Amino acid sequence: MATSTPQPGEDAGDIKAVPVRHYGRWAVAAVVLVVVASLVYSAANNDRFKWDIFGDYLFSDRVMRGLWLTMWLSVVATVIGVVLGTILAVMRLSTNPVLSTISLVYIWAFRGTPVLVQIFLWAFIGSIYPEITFGVPFGGPDLISSNSNDLIKPITAAILGLGLNFAAYQAEIVRAGLLSVDEGQVEAAKALGMTGANTMRRIVLPQAMRVIIPPTGNQAIDMLKTSSLVSVIAVSDLLYSVQLIYGQNYQQIPLLFVACFWYLLLTTIFTIGQYYLERHYAKGNLRELPQTPVQRARAMAASVRFGGTGNSI
Amino acid sequence: MVLARNVHKRFGLNEVLKGIDMTVERGEVVCLLGPSGSGKSTFLRCINHLETINRGRITVDGDIVGYREKDGRLYELPEKVAVRQRAEIGMVFQRFNLFAHKTALDNITEAPVLVKGIARKDAERRGLELLERVGLGDRGGAYPSQLSGGQQQRVAIARALAMDPKLMLFDEPTSALDPELVGDVLDVMRDLAKAGMTMVVVTHEIGFAREVGDRVVFMDGGVVVEEGDPAQVLDAPREARTKAFLSKVL
Repeated sequence: MATSTPQPGEDAGDIKAVPVRHYGRWAVAAVVLVVVASLVYSAANNDRFKWDIFGDYLFSDRVMRGLWLTMWLSVVATVIGVVLGTILAVMRLSTNPVLSTISLVYIWAFRGTPVLVQIFLWAFIGSIYPEITFGVPFGGPDLISSNSNDLIKPITAAILGLGLNFAAYQAEIVRAGLLSVDEGQVEAAKALGMTGANTMRRIVLPQAMRVIIPPTGNQAIDMLKTSSLVSVIAVSDLLYSVQLIYGQNYQQIPLLFVACFWYLLLTTIFTIGQYYLERHYAKGNLRELPQTPVQRARAMAASVRFGGTGNSI
Repeated sequence: MVLARNVHKRFGLNEVLKGIDMTVERGEVVCLLGPSGSGKSTFLRCINHLETINRGRITVDGDIVGYREKDGRLYELPEKVAVRQRAEIGMVFQRFNLFAHKTALDNITEAPVLVKGIARKDAERRGLELLERVGLGDRGGAYPSQLSGGQQQRVAIARALAMDPKLMLFDEPTSALDPELVGDVLDVMRDLAKAGMTMVVVTHEIGFAREVGDRVVFMDGGVVVEEGDPAQVLDAPREARTKAFLSKVL
């Protein structure tokens, strides 16, 4: 017999309390639903959106080729940026004054000029240095020589422009992460006889990742969209492909929506990747990892099936 | 084992150590006592070259810490050599400083595998033995955040022991612990002393110094004020400064 005031030695059983009801949330949700529904209705019934053209071009060959180029260009430039940025950050924090100065000047130059201008400069490098040669400097003999325009095609200029600029920003992100790791971790590693390089690689960097990943994900997503700048040097990425199409048929709006649809899809995929990466590096910092959305959904489905009390909204 | 002669250390204009002389014999347990800011932690950190000294000499087992002497001149040791020197001196910190992203066992095996090149399997077997020895045989898979302060500090001791040090330095190992957890850590240190480990311990645990210490060194204002047998220094101090300090902490 359970009573409201537990007697000594009596077990009142598991708590089955009625959760607090959040009427305000339901009311706001209802208002938002109405607004969204009306927006969707108006978009669907406005002929000027030309959804039929949107549908015609969504999977067209030219759009697909542009999408593919945007995808790999962003990934390659991001990888270059992350790797080079990490190296620059480690150099910047090094006790070696030569390395830290090189890093400082690099960041100063590449962060201090617009990325659009950098892309242009790489594309037009042939007009400054028509030949790129490797040999003895200050007028010595050449060993290897090549025409700049052959060596640096527009796509190479795009990769260099985007990747090298990304690296300058990434260097500062990584540096912030490295500085966030407690000095005691470095001292402990030193006291155990670990070298500076090993301490960085095995102790400091892995712990800095937790701080580095969120802004890096932000940068990577930004890269997907910044990569559209390469349309100015006639690299046929997603945006440029769409521009070429509406240059012929003058259907700007539906084709720009096509581009937006694919950009949104790509950023969504990147965001999911970032979520799982963050989870991986949260190891040791949280006593218990939070459930993934998939795990949460499963738990909810199970609780509904077995009639338990799930989390109410 | 440790020989310090006229050790001076400055931070900017602030002279923290003003001529420390100290000898620690092999197998001896020396406890450093003194008020905050007396320089005892700084001196401890100089012994394994976490801090560089400005004047004087510290030698460990006959080798000058951090330098090599040739024709009367000192040459700074290159990192590879300096690192080998440090690997032979174990250190335990006030704030534990366990690697937060590694489990207790991985904390212990990291340096033996990386620095000494011991096979991971052997390092893990040894690591489990050491965890057993500090009373945590079942917590090898736990991350530091899942351990209590006392457990973390015992893992930190096991981590230092895994490198088979010839000397162990303890920098206020129990100061960051809840009172009821202090005992477990002191027990481990007591066993270590019994096993013949050479230890230099900066501590505020007067009881531990009295019971385990072979010698007590009382420091204040960057100099050694008094040293000697624990019973003599703690129960019948000669210097007024020592008396004043002990009357407050006892």
